[in-house]
Amino acid sequence: MTKKTTPAKKTQVAGYNARQAPINARLGHDELIALYRDMVRIRRFEERCLRSYQQGKIGGFLHLYIGQESIAVGCVSVMGQHDHIITAYRDHGHALAVGMGMNEMMAENYGKYTGCSKGKGGSMHYFDPTRNFWGGHGIVGGQIPLGVGLAYALKYKGRKGAALAFMGDGAVNQGAVHESYNLAALWSLPVLFVIENNGYSMGTSQDRSSAGPSLAERAEGYGMNWDIIENGHDVLEVRDRVAAALKLAHEQSLPSVLEIRTYRYRGHSVADPDTTYRDKKEIEDYKATKDPLMFCQNQLLAEKVLTQEIIAKIEESARAEAETSAQFAEASPFPTADDIQKDVYWEADNPADRKSQGALFFS
Amino acid sequence: MPVITYREALRAAMSEEIERDPNVVLMGEEVAQFNGAYKVSEGMLAKYGPKRIVDTPISEAAFIGMGVGAAMLGVRPVMELMFFSFYSVAFDQIFNNAANLRYMSGGLVNCPIVIRGPANGGTNVGATHSHTPESIAAYHPGIKVVVPSTAYDAKGLMKSAIRDNDPVLFMENTLLYGESGEVPDGEYLVPLGSAKVMREGADLSIIGHGRAIQLALKSADLLKEKHNISAEVVDLRSIRPLDEETILASVRKTNRALYVEESKPFCSVGAMVAAIISDKAFDHLDAPVKRLTSIDSPAIYSMPLEKLQLPSVDRICQAALETLK
Repeated sequence: MTKKTTPAKKTQVAGYNARQAPINARLGHDELIALYRDMVRIRRFEERCLRSYQQGKIGGFLHLYIGQESIAVGCVSVMGQHDHIITAYRDHGHALAVGMGMNEMMAENYGKYTGCSKGKGGSMHYFDPTRNFWGGHGIVGGQIPLGVGLAYALKYKGRKGAALAFMGDGAVNQGAVHESYNLAALWSLPVLFVIENNGYSMGTSQDRSSAGPSLAERAEGYGMNWDIIENGHDVLEVRDRVAAALKLAHEQSLPSVLEIRTYRYRGHSVADPDTTYRDKKEIEDYKATKDPLMFCQNQLLAEKVLTQEIIAKIEESARAEAETSAQFAEASPFPTADDIQKDVYWEADNPADRKSQGALFFS
Repeated sequence: MPVITYREALRAAMSEEIERDPNVVLMGEEVAQFNGAYKVSEGMLAKYGPKRIVDTPISEAAFIGMGVGAAMLGVRPVMELMFFSFYSVAFDQIFNNAANLRYMSGGLVNCPIVIRGPANGGTNVGATHSHTPESIAAYHPGIKVVVPSTAYDAKGLMKSAIRDNDPVLFMENTLLYGESGEVPDGEYLVPLGSAKVMREGADLSIIGHGRAIQLALKSADLLKEKHNISAEVVDLRSIRPLDEETILASVRKTNRALYVEESKPFCSVGAMVAAIISDKAFDHLDAPVKRLTSIDSPAIYSMPLEKLQLPSVDRICQAALETLK
């Protein structure tokens, strides 16, 4: 594979207006409303998850995406047929954005057999290969080499597609991420490393965890394209800037590192204390000025794309959908004891096609 | 029947599978232009080109993880670890990702990847390069582990491993790469999970895996010659899946078992096999199941001492005699 480099694209140019960018200017009312609706659906779903968690219906961790909805929705809205996506454990937003259903997601959180992973993965481990969604991964940064592998496979098979490998700002200090940058740049793999920078790796601020002027700029060391999307709360800006990197991947098989500035309203996982590293005012200030839903709503109201009536309908529908998913999850059965040892080995699940012999399981 | 080396057998298996299936690729450090650190892939770049035979940087975590990701989308990567010891650098990718993907996705995702390389001591390369992690690997549900001891099995098991839809860790041995054995021309497969009785015997079952089997066969010769003891030698070939039936049938016949392996004793494959024998063939035992492993310390560098630390014909014979006391 030949090595290519491209001049790094620095931060946005003066006078830039995401709304006027061609990829957004051509959007019809329905498409604009759909972006807004998808963000509302994510938030209402997660708020319903939170209630269920507080009721003890959901176990373990619950990493909420609330505050970051514009990123998953914006990114997924510019993906094409051969584009694939993988992320870490804060995966509800990406899953809904690619089209997974609330029922299967909520049921997964409840540990039910009707969940997207049959109750075996939980909130952190959603998958839907039919929608090019490859998880849902629990170890910080551990999914990034897999994202490079998706890009490798696309290039190997000659498909015009890219992999979007999402991570949080804490992941950038993992060795596997740097190794992945090197492989992607060295082999010109069509992968977008998307850093959702919400300012905190769990309870440690960026200042206290990451050296260097910015996270994206580390791409310079690998001769890789990079960009910082300051207004990560603006779904239209996310769309435009991610689409530009996607174009590089599709047309020149070039990787990029995109740092998208955002904010998470809840604790790292919702049970984690949220007052040791930031104060409430910081959260309230962000909500008041940069909430992705509010920002989009105001913009579309001003343009008369949205009306209060439409907003009310979207709200009502999203709440009902989330409530229905909780009822679905509640009514669904748990996996059985027999299910514990299913989905471990392909061969064990496909005995008619098994080629190996001997014991696969032990007691 | 043609006689080729273990190394050539592995190369033949990978070459045949690359020719058979356009999704099979060989990747790793120095596998292409350098022709392989241990020459297992010698000539393959010239024959199959850089798309199929791929040199990677020294980034085990990233390239093993990349292989896992590519496998999800239908590539069938054969990933060489120059030394299997380097698996620890990619531990998260192997045991969190490859091993768990199918489970955590409720069966939606497969990971048909082979991770291969030499896992052995005895070459004076010190503790960092001499790991034998069969039991560590086999501990993880979702992972399969194969350890061939002959050229014939190296080829047949490698072909099966590449066609397997589950992740397979394939542990070779630098001291066996140059050993020759009969390997038929053309296609054959050795299924995973099938142990092999390498030598029939009546007084004692010497069970094991890897190069220890070659030592066990020599030990069996000596036991016969010097002590008129008839030892049966059983090569597991595959650790997981495990051929319990062949192990138990041998023990039921000889009533005594000695497990030999190069690993350290704590939680080794032999410990697991001893537990299985105790559980399922207790009434057939005339003596406790004995285990012969490396001496329990990190691998020592010093040349004569490393020989002492590893299983040897002398130590195997001594252990066999103790089992028969």
